[in-house]
This record gives sequence, C-alpha cells and structure tokens, in this order.
Amino acid sequence: MLLPLVAILARTPWSRFFELITSEASREALLLSLRTSSTSTLLCILLGVPMAVVLARTSFRGQGILRSLVLLPLVLPPVVGGIALLYTFGRRGLLGETFEVLGMQVAFSTTAVVMAQTFVAMPFLVVSLEGALRTAGQKYEVVAASLGAGPTTVFRRVTLPLVLPGLASGAVLAFARSLGEFGATITFAGSLQGVTRTLPLEIYLRRETDAQAAVALSLVLVVVAVLVIGFARQGRSAL
Amino acid sequence: MKRLFAGTIAAVVIASLAGCGSDEPESSAAETTTLTVYAASSLTKAFEEIGRNFESSHDGVEVRFNFAGSSDLVAQIQEGAPADVFASADEANMDKLTADDLTGSEPHTFASNTLEIAVPPGNPARVKTFADLADKGLNLVICAPEVPCGAAAQQAADSAGVELKPVSEEQSVTDVLAKVTSGEADAGLVYATDVMAAGNDVEGIEFPESASAAVVYPIATVAEPENVDLAQEFVDLVLDETGQSILKDAGFAPAP
Repeated sequence: MLLPLVAILARTPWSRFFELITSEASREALLLSLRTSSTSTLLCILLGVPMAVVLARTSFRGQGILRSLVLLPLVLPPVVGGIALLYTFGRRGLLGETFEVLGMQVAFSTTAVVMAQTFVAMPFLVVSLEGALRTAGQKYEVVAASLGAGPTTVFRRVTLPLVLPGLASGAVLAFARSLGEFGATITFAGSLQGVTRTLPLEIYLRRETDAQAAVALSLVLVVVAVLVIGFARQGRSAL
Repeated sequence: MKRLFAGTIAAVVIASLAGCGSDEPESSAAETTTLTVYAASSLTKAFEEIGRNFESSHDGVEVRFNFAGSSDLVAQIQEGAPADVFASADEANMDKLTADDLTGSEPHTFASNTLEIAVPPGNPARVKTFADLADKGLNLVICAPEVPCGAAAQQAADSAGVELKPVSEEQSVTDVLAKVTSGEADAGLVYATDVMAAGNDVEGIEFPESASAAVVYPIATVAEPENVDLAQEFVDLVLDETGQSILKDAGFAPAP
C-alpha cells in the first residue's frame, strides 16, 4: 500500500514543485475539485440520509433490490456510470429534452461534474450511515417516543446524535471519493479548465506533455486526501 | 485463515507457472517468429490489414500490435518494452525516440492526416464552414492543446483567424468523437480517418484551413530489434504501394 506513495515522493520534482502546483491551471483545477466535492458531499447527505433511514428502519418487499440499486455505483466502473448519466441527462438522454425546455444545459457544465461525483459517492454515505443506524438500534428511540417525543424530535435529539460518527465518516468517504472521481466525469462532463477539469483530469492531461507536473499534482491530491482523513479522525474523536 | 490464504496463493502461482511451461514448447515447436509493432491508435484498422498482408507473405511470422497514444508508446519503449517497429502519429514523439538513440533506422514519413469537422447525423446545428465553429451557443468539442490533435486544431484556428471557444477540451480524438456521436456536442474537430471509421454515426465536413494543420506519420525500426530484417521488411511494406493503398482506403493522405 505504501510503496506507490513512496514512489511518488521519490519522483517529485522538488525544485520546481511550487512553480508547478501554483500555475493557474493547477490552482483552478484544485479549487474546482474542492468546490464540486463539497457540493456533492452535501448532496449525498441530503439525499443519502433519508435513503439510509428507509433502508435501516423499515422493511418492505423489494428492499433488498433497492439496497442493491443504491450500492450499484460502488461496483460499477465509473466510466459505465458516466455513460449511464449521459444517456439520462445528456441532450439526447431520457431527461435531456425536459432540461432543454427549462433552458438548462447539463452537459459540459460544473453541474455535470457534481452529478457524476454524487452518483459515485452516494453509496459510501448510505452504507456507513445504514450500518451506524442498525448498530445504534431502536431502544433509545422507543424510550424517547414513550416519553412523548414526536418522530421529528426523536430523530433530531436521539437518533442523529447517536449516529453522528457514522454520518461523519460516511461524509468523509463520500468527499474523498468525489475528489478522486475521474471516469464518470470525463465521459459525462468533459474537460475544460475552470469549468469541468477537476484535479484528476488535470493530472491525466498533464501526463501527456509534462510528466513532472503530473507527479507534483498527484502529490497535492495525496496530501489533500491525507488531510481530509486526518481531519475526520480528529472530528470523530472529539464527538 | 492465514494458512488457507497462503495455500490459495501457492496454488495460483503453481498453476500460472504450469501455464507458462506448457506455452513455450508449443510456440517453439511451431517455429513462429513474432514481430512486435507499436503503432498510434489512429492506425489500428489500416495496420491490422497491413499486418495480415505481411503474415500471408511471410510464412511462420506473426505480427503483434500494440495500439495506443503515441506518447504512451514512446514512454513504454523508453522503459524497455520489446518493440521492433514504431509508427507515430506525429513527428514530435518520433523525435523523442531518436533523441534517446532508440531508433534502428532513419524515420520515414508514410502518411498524413488532416482535420475534419465532425457533426452528428443530420447536422442539427447546421455547421458549414470552419468559421461557423466560433458561433455562440454552438457546443464545440476539440482535443486539448497538449495532445497532437489539439495542437493541430489550434494551428487550423490560427491560420483561419478564428477564435475557438470549445465547451470541452478532451484527452484524445476518440473522446471528441464520442461526444459528437452521442449528440452531446454539435461539432468536433477530429481526423479525416476517424470520420471514415465512424461510418454513419457522424458526418464529416472538410475545410480548406485543415491543410495548414496536417499531421505527418513517421515510421522507424526500434534500436536492436529481435528481427532486424523482418522489422525493416515491415517498414518497407508500409512504404510501398501495398501499404500505401491500404492507408489510402482508411482515409489517410500520402506523406508530403
């Protein structure tokens, strides 16, 4: 696991490092990556929390199928995810014309990047949270309800605090997955500096002409990933 | 558990070793010689046919291809990959190889390729000329300037005096073509050979400005090939009438 990271460190052109990572293209790619990944993590929370609650707290026919569908992006190659998104939200896709009528164009926009990232990152959040919900059990919820708390109060005051660590680690995983997203983005959103070219796409393109710059940027991505994980750990132990 | 895991690994290793062992006598018994050709992806169709042609005139010779982006191929050869012949989609990548003394023969140009405008069938955005590509509201997709097809697009735009505002700069010409065939893009700049290979999925529009941005394909044997004579014969076949007519059928123009 560590060896490839050591290899990156060994190949990093330290003398040109700052010049390489502070070029306009690199900065824009990093900012875009951070911006889109944060947005998609937020979307994952908004859409994923209800989904996890439904999966963990209810039982109905076809629940197994629903769970498999939610997990699908996890096992699907991202390129396939990108093609699926393209045929759904693309200009000639299932919903493409609806969007066009509304005057919205998803293709080649930052929105498309966020959609691709949300698509691939959502399962991480749902799986973590569902696990946390099941582990926490329903004892406290039942007690709270018997003491007269309404469902909203129970969720807000009892369930949420119990599963917060699980939600936090799910969100971190989703963020990390969004940050590294490549395949679905390049097939669905395209690649344009400042609009859709996230850091992984920039790295892949740089490799074409300037391998050293690609290595330097890869190291930036590694550092950001380590920071995110470290930050999440600290947050968790504080909780 | 650990023991079971180790056992599985051992079994896999033994099985794969056995596989290797049974392969080798087979190939030496048949006395086949393998010629390994590294060629740019745009040459896939034409070179596969030239390869079949070469095999039919050389008994016991098998031509194996590695098709990829020229810069990837150069990187592989520089890292010691066993290539006999290298055909590049641009001179810059061949130059990298000669600079490292990795070519066995003087590179010869054998074909050229020009850009065409590719539009989805029916041309929904009604693109007619190169200047139309600068229209506002047109979803234009080209290659990024870092890759050869993007450099060519930039050159064509400069010579036409048109400023292109693409909605996406793709990694490779196949990515551009995919955006056009799926209808996401209204127009894309790709090579004439790509339009021909895509068949009915796209329509090609030629434009005069492409002449200034033609890319030239050089071929050479790689230094110290396993089969010097065979490698040279393959290069000769590409350069003579047989090879040239196959390349022409695939949409390539003759080398300048």
